[in-house]
Amino acid sequence: MRRGLLAGIVLTLAAAFLIAAPFAFKPYGIFILSMWAVMTIAAIGLNLTLGYAGQISLAQAAFVGIGAYITAYLTTRGWPFWITYVFGAVACFAIGWLLGYPALRVQHHYLAFVTLAFNTLVYLVFRNEEWVTGGIYGISNVPRPHVLGWPTNGPREFYYFCLAHLALISLASWWVIRSPWGRAFMALRENPVRALSLGVDTRRYTLMAFALGAGLGGIAGALYAPLVQFVDPTPFALGLSLNLLLMVVVGGSGYFFGPFLGAIVAVLLPEWLRFTEGFYLMGYALLVIILMAFRPTGLLGLADRLLKPRSKPAAKVAAATPDAAMQTEAAR
Amino acid sequence: MADILQLLVAGLATGAIYALVAIGFTLLWQTSQTINFAQGEFVMLPAFFVLIAMSYFGLSFWPAVAVGTLVSIIVLGALFKRLVVDPMIRHGVLPLVIATIGLAILMKEAVREFYGADAQPFPPLAADINVTILGVAFAMQSLVVLAIGIAAVVALQLFLNRTRTGRCMQATAQNPTAARLLGIPVERMILYTFLINGALVALASILITPIYLAKFTNGEWLGLYAFIAAIVGGFNQVRGAIAGGLLLGVVDNFAAAYLSSQYRMALPLLILIVVILFRPQGLLGRIEERTV
Repeated sequence: MRRGLLAGIVLTLAAAFLIAAPFAFKPYGIFILSMWAVMTIAAIGLNLTLGYAGQISLAQAAFVGIGAYITAYLTTRGWPFWITYVFGAVACFAIGWLLGYPALRVQHHYLAFVTLAFNTLVYLVFRNEEWVTGGIYGISNVPRPHVLGWPTNGPREFYYFCLAHLALISLASWWVIRSPWGRAFMALRENPVRALSLGVDTRRYTLMAFALGAGLGGIAGALYAPLVQFVDPTPFALGLSLNLLLMVVVGGSGYFFGPFLGAIVAVLLPEWLRFTEGFYLMGYALLVIILMAFRPTGLLGLADRLLKPRSKPAAKVAAATPDAAMQTEAAR
Repeated sequence: MADILQLLVAGLATGAIYALVAIGFTLLWQTSQTINFAQGEFVMLPAFFVLIAMSYFGLSFWPAVAVGTLVSIIVLGALFKRLVVDPMIRHGVLPLVIATIGLAILMKEAVREFYGADAQPFPPLAADINVTILGVAFAMQSLVVLAIGIAAVVALQLFLNRTRTGRCMQATAQNPTAARLLGIPVERMILYTFLINGALVALASILITPIYLAKFTNGEWLGLYAFIAAIVGGFNQVRGAIAGGLLLGVVDNFAAAYLSSQYRMALPLLILIVVILFRPQGLLGRIEERTV
């Protein structure tokens, strides 16, 4: 009960911070926060595929890229943003569905390699098909959309646009996880054979897990393009896929707030700790290795465990990792 | 015709290097279910050990190679097993995969931070001359690499098949429980495979770095090629890794020459996807029981 109250307080504080932040930050800080929101959306998608349905995917960056390129290509040719946005999400959903077919045949590391190969192939297409993607020069001057007649050209306006998106997508994915679909995903993760024998159409749900995750990747891409206003192949190479995977796992895969926390560690902290230069990444890598050795469920899994046995030191831990407390209350 | 022969030899030479890396990769998988996503970085690093031994400790090339190989066996073999694999293996395959992704980032950033981001030249093993055989000019470099690669593979095969220790290692790979019942020190055999992997990546590093220069990002594509070679050949067979490596080297070279240099990477990737979908056990592999 106390934990529920604590969770409510932490969530309210986090929301208040996110809404008030643009007034305290310089444009670059607001840009980084917007990037955090975009990457969190992509990580939420991967968390559905990996954390809930247990299907490893190293191709999330490819979907962010496909969404970003579709939006960039069409909006620079005068198409309205929302149409390109829907195109991007639907295209990624469809391609993700197709990419799910290998998952029906192979598991675990084989699936990791298929998706990894797919990501690299998509990257090669971005880099080499200059007639669509502009090759290494990319597509520049991507316009920012008008939302309900309001232009979102300023960093603050676009930040709120991203934040609103994040809020809506969080609610939607919350609903999916709570729905019979979400339960089917978890059954798939825990024991596919048992799920099948209980009448879960594992085939359909595996494909659906991939498609939903990919669709959210596409939405993140559709926001990425107008946020950066420039799209080139480099950000969508394998590195981002690995990074998104680490975000999900470090935050806590299969925890609702895992991607939020993981994206803080992977997107926000490196900027705030810029003075540490390359050492930040080294520290991050060490954190990943140590977490995997002792707590493969990630930071939220760690917080979960620390919160459980005693209640007194719990308050401190929860305060240190903002999203921890509410997850124990809610996501499991 | 001469072109084709030249491409074939050059392809086999790089393929032999991929094969060495892929063999180490499959050995780790067989004996300890370790998928090493840092395998590419494992090949990137020993070249820097050699460079450090030469520039900071003033050794000449060959002693530096010996030191680099030894350090690589200790650090990338024994320490890797002790510090990364052992504490993690009880959690299953996926955490270890993620930890090795972290390890790859750590190694890359450490080299960039402490050694530098620029590509460093690396002394070649053979003079940069051409040798004419039957009227076709071959690069000496390719022939030497190919010869060393074949020698290493043959030596390893003899060790695995003809010596007591090698056969114990194979038994461990096939069925650890039965091997333990037969009195084989399974733990020590697993350690040996890690040491062998440390030696193989050091050898591959010394062979490939003169061609592509020593750079902290080398591991990214080297690792990818090693995975592809291992999977295409057959994940659970040493000879599969050899075949996969050689095939990949040849396909890669021909694709670069005749298809399109921009898409040279695409053909190996497509082969990978097709093999995984239609023959997941690899061209020469056995079918493994699937774990639920």
